[in-house]
Amino acid sequence: MTGIINSLGILLYATLVYTPPLLYAALGSCFSEVSGVVNIGIEGMMTVGAFTGATVAFFTGNPWIGFLCAGLAGMLFGLLHAIATVKLGADQTIAGTAINMLGPGVAIMIAMVLFNSTDTEPLLNAKLPRLFTTVFDKNTVLGRFLDNVFAQYASTYLVFFVVILVWFIFYKTRFGLRLRACGEHPKACETLGINVIRTRFICVCISGLLAGLGGACVTMAISNQFRPISIVGQGFIAIAAVIFGKFKPQGALLGCLLFGFCSGLKVVLGDSSGVNMQLLSMIPYVVTVIVLILFVGKSHVPSANGKPYVKAK
Amino acid sequence: MKKKSFLDFVSENRFIHIILSIILGLVVGALFLVIMGLRVDAVYGKLIESVSSIKGLSNVIVYAIPYIVAGLSVAFSFRTGVFNIGAEGQFVMGTMGAAVVGILLPDLPSVILVPLCFLAAMVVGAAWGIIVGILKTKRGINEVLSMIMFNWIAFYLSNFIAGLPAIKNEGNAEATKNIADNAIIRFPKEMTQALGVDKTFNWGFILALALAIIVWLIIEKTTLGYELKAVGYNKYAAEYGGINVDRSILTALAISGALAGLAGALHLMGRSTRIPIFPAQEGFGFAGIVVALIGCSNPFGVYIAGLFYGALMYGGTRLTLVGASSQLINVIVGTVVFFIAISVIFSNLKYLRRKPQSADKTTDATGKKG
Repeated sequence: MTGIINSLGILLYATLVYTPPLLYAALGSCFSEVSGVVNIGIEGMMTVGAFTGATVAFFTGNPWIGFLCAGLAGMLFGLLHAIATVKLGADQTIAGTAINMLGPGVAIMIAMVLFNSTDTEPLLNAKLPRLFTTVFDKNTVLGRFLDNVFAQYASTYLVFFVVILVWFIFYKTRFGLRLRACGEHPKACETLGINVIRTRFICVCISGLLAGLGGACVTMAISNQFRPISIVGQGFIAIAAVIFGKFKPQGALLGCLLFGFCSGLKVVLGDSSGVNMQLLSMIPYVVTVIVLILFVGKSHVPSANGKPYVKAK
Repeated sequence: MKKKSFLDFVSENRFIHIILSIILGLVVGALFLVIMGLRVDAVYGKLIESVSSIKGLSNVIVYAIPYIVAGLSVAFSFRTGVFNIGAEGQFVMGTMGAAVVGILLPDLPSVILVPLCFLAAMVVGAAWGIIVGILKTKRGINEVLSMIMFNWIAFYLSNFIAGLPAIKNEGNAEATKNIADNAIIRFPKEMTQALGVDKTFNWGFILALALAIIVWLIIEKTTLGYELKAVGYNKYAAEYGGINVDRSILTALAISGALAGLAGALHLMGRSTRIPIFPAQEGFGFAGIVVALIGCSNPFGVYIAGLFYGALMYGGTRLTLVGASSQLINVIVGTVVFFIAISVIFSNLKYLRRKPQSADKTTDATGKKG
């Protein structure tokens, strides 16, 4: 019994460690995709955020300044994507691909200048803080369990607030209604006096901001430094989680939690079962496909998604 | 008729746009070099120097082969209205398919073994594409989503297979065994020495050219290509016109997947000869996307773009010698792709000369009315 509770605790702990980076990025992806702009550059924006967060925190010694700058750096690349796709009507896939090459390229080159290495220096005291570390008595089974579940990094707690915030913006504010409308029928929006270009522009920038924060979670909470392999595909998984969640923030939450949970399962089983690690590593991806086949099925893509909007003459 | 000015020519020629993008990419790369405190001439000089000898050039071609064929795979998918972001997984599985055949059947003569390896790679790559196609057509599952998943499943599956006792290297190397000599398609040793080319120089570049021609023929000259393109443009119209849309999507993904798989086989049988246990995705499929974009999804454009990409990648490996990071290449290529994305700005160059008049004003007027 004790063993089961321990394993369960570790499983939940791992779930809550793996989920936040994906969730930040997925929420960002929601903004962009729902407003009608395909953003496969999320991966590159995460990398930039991951690097900036770790670097700024290292030099300032303050994790929150680092975290904020990570968001701003992601936003800068979001701005780049927005200028290309929204202002200039570029092919959104091509622009996103470019961002995915530029992000890591720029990050690693600057790392070479600042640290003379492709990695940043480890953050010793400037990691994001863990909350409630001293609340639970780790000598009891229950205490250990609660400690595993609740003693999470601040960024983990924050992301669940962000989910609620994004849900609120999407469904309870005028801006949210507008951004959803822009993704479905931009022409109709324009006739009603909504500035489609501006709305999409803002949304793509927000997507960069959130992706940057997601990247920072990886280098400032899960690990304590940026390395070229810090961000390897999380951005794409986040996009997948959004499609999985039918382009809704609450759906993206479920998608990311499922993915995080399966990644946690991999860790727990890897410790105890002796099954081949490569096969275990497939679990999150295989489970996602199975869940899609069995329960989710067709995802409604916003009608105007991927189509550059050109103002009527 | 109005005489065309130079600016008109520049703004209308797609090829010129690509060239301009490349120049701008190099400029941005240079800016970064300045920021890093490196000499631009030294680094770019090294880049040019490394690809301008016979040996360097042969390496460029060897590097380019998988990029070209992966680029053909993605270009084919673009032309038929699917975005094959799954080329990465198909490439990995194709490589493994060829490797398993090449390792387990070492006694077959080249004439049989080489085509068999190609076949294995194509079948496995196509299967990897078809699975996604079936999920899309039968269950309505978004192909981009399932391709991302299958890229990772391929990655771990490849690592798993590479670790099996029959496949794994006997030594300490975290890799598969080398494939049989009979499965390697390099030029004979005497020939490479006589020509002064690198020892990895192989027949792949001719094969890649043949594939480019075949892809061009399929897309432009066959009923199949016409149907696939029709589905890509407008699947409802195609369906109304009597085309079986589901079957077309499956066919397009199968062909694209087979090409990506073949790209993997060519890489294995020409250059790498074994598959490492990957720490991270190698990105040949993603490079294929870039090459397809630079090559404007035209098979011959892709061939040239692949050579260009191969040159940068090979040159990039030499950059550390002059203190620059090979990441410079990512910045350059990223910038090139970015400017290709916004090549509309080049199309607008022709307005530079004219006074701003009618067109802009009307847009503003209607825009602000709303």
